[in-house]
Amino acid sequence: MQSTSLTLDNVTVRMGQNTILDSISLSVPQGSFTCLLGPSGCGKTTLLRAIAGFAPLESGDMAIDAVSIAALPPEKRQTAMVFQSYALWPHMSVAENLAYPLKLRGIDRASRARKVARILDLLDLAEFGARSVASLSGGQRQRIALGRALVIDPPILLLDEPLSNLDAAIRRNLRSELRQLQRQLGITTIMVTHDQEEALSMADTIVLMRSGKIAQVAAPEALYAAPVDIDAARFMGVENFITTDSGEMGVASDAACFGFRSMSASICLHPLAGHLNRKAVVIDSAYAGDSYQVLVKSDGELFSARSSTPQLAGAQVILCVPADALIPFGADKNCLIPTDYRTPGRTLS
Amino acid sequence: MRALFPRLGVAVLIGLVAFAVFGPLINLVIWAFAEQWFFPNRLPSQWGFMFWERVFRPRAGAWEALGNSVGIALATVVFSMALAIPAGYALARLVLPFRHLIMLVFLLPQAFPSLPIFVNIAAMFYGLGLNGTYFGVILVHSLPGLVYAVWIATAAFAATDIAMEEAARNLGASPLRTFRDITLPQAAPGLMAASIFVFLDSIDEFTGTFFVGTPDITTLPILMFNAAMGGNYQIAAITALILLIPSVGFMLIIERFLKSDVLARIGR
Ligand SMILES: Nc1ncnc2c1ncn2[C@@H]1O[C@H](COP(=O)(O)OP(=O)(O)OP(=O)(O)O)[C@@H](O)[C@H]1O
Ligand SMILES: [Mg+2]
Repeated sequence: MQSTSLTLDNVTVRMGQNTILDSISLSVPQGSFTCLLGPSGCGKTTLLRAIAGFAPLESGDMAIDAVSIAALPPEKRQTAMVFQSYALWPHMSVAENLAYPLKLRGIDRASRARKVARILDLLDLAEFGARSVASLSGGQRQRIALGRALVIDPPILLLDEPLSNLDAAIRRNLRSELRQLQRQLGITTIMVTHDQEEALSMADTIVLMRSGKIAQVAAPEALYAAPVDIDAARFMGVENFITTDSGEMGVASDAACFGFRSMSASICLHPLAGHLNRKAVVIDSAYAGDSYQVLVKSDGELFSARSSTPQLAGAQVILCVPADALIPFGADKNCLIPTDYRTPGRTLS
Repeated sequence: MRALFPRLGVAVLIGLVAFAVFGPLINLVIWAFAEQWFFPNRLPSQWGFMFWERVFRPRAGAWEALGNSVGIALATVVFSMALAIPAGYALARLVLPFRHLIMLVFLLPQAFPSLPIFVNIAAMFYGLGLNGTYFGVILVHSLPGLVYAVWIATAAFAATDIAMEEAARNLGASPLRTFRDITLPQAAPGLMAASIFVFLDSIDEFTGTFFVGTPDITTLPILMFNAAMGGNYQIAAITALILLIPSVGFMLIIERFLKSDVLARIGR
């Protein structure tokens, strides 16, 4: 199976007056699984469409294995895209949908049938070849759309939120199925998602995007532990930011503020060693399944934390955050954890 | 017991509608089989097939008129659809700034009273030597036909999903191949509907044919008009019944192919 690397070099896409993608440079290694992650409207779909050839470049270049594809029409690019809406062809049966890309490549009927049967097997849909597309469930459609892209052995697979239309249980299932399939085929894959959990669990590398620009490129662990700045941290689920003197918890630092996730903060009665401790008043407490989500106020600022027991509103407590859960940010809002820690592909274990 | 009254109401309503729709038709059928029918009588005094024989006598021209009507209608469909398919696709897909204006312009000939338009066209065609030719009549029939065809084709193409076209392009189909294999089959029911409308409109067309075609080209409506003007109601009625044959035939095709969701999108 051929698999290839993709390089984007200062890709800029404009629609009307708006710059949708602003100087995107990215290198996607061969056989890797890359997630494009970012808030709604940041240009993830547009970037994927630009790679597939549906959004003309204003400037910049993109190359597959160092050969520029920027001037090629979509049908010449050999990138296989799975659309968010699946875009299966309703006037063709499941097998015909899968066979059509092969037909376009002039492959004879017998080999077509063989390849389609193999893909249906791979997708665990062997009995469905003759069915009409309209009679399939959402999860089955998703798999057919994936199969239709895979049947041509594409060098690059592009997935636009392929799991977002499905309910949570199927989604978790398909997540690991998709990842396994990708590893098995060794196919270079770029997947759009705005679900950070999905990106963290699937990607080799996550590209965090923000209003048409790349904010950070990092391995999931690095992105989670060291988001590049405060906005990125907020997007990665860091809800609390606390301004503090660096001496307060015994860590020398020139941080202007620290961020932490509520699930790493706890409510205590006494200060703990090796923790940032703050006197606080309980504002509200809500059951959150395995524990209680507690909202507290300290020095006029609101923080949220977890507690194993419900807390009474108005109670005087201590907010305790372990030092290693604190993410330091400088006065310029940038993360102070050194950048080499954030380079893609590096595992932290 | 309570359910009876609404049911009775519905039955009466259906009866009234049926009378409004079929009443004139019944009159037509009676005329077609009347050999003698004088004024004060409710029904003809003599029934028979005498006039049918007359109509279908080789020299009466009914066969020729039927052939003309169907042939011209089919040619009008081909001509109109050949223009309407690219025009409808362009209107539906390309971002044209004056899309609505263009759609409106297509409606204009329908808004004007048709008589002055056809008189002018006849004068124009006379200069071009198109009067009395099949091509001239087909052009005249395409004028209203194109309006239906472009509108319905636009709706049909607008209803097809662009993502499906993109999926085909993405997997290696050229634009033309994509249009043939993906877009056209999706729009087929709508295009079929457009063809049927154009066909029925052409079969029925009178004014344009009268000004451009006569006396060289006689269609069934012209034949019927001539018969009615000559006071020959029997022949007019029989011609009208013959006219029903291609219309009903196409209605049956409508039933098979027309999906209501396509109709619902017309004019969007
Ligand atoms: N055809 C278009 N014309 C003008 N602007 C567009 C067009 N398509 C998208 N945009 C704009 O480009 C920006 C990025 O859109 P895009 O669809 O890439 O976002 P996204 O990151 O995929 O968002 P989501 O997570 O909601 O799918 C948006 O602000 C959108 O309004
Ligand atoms: Mg999107």
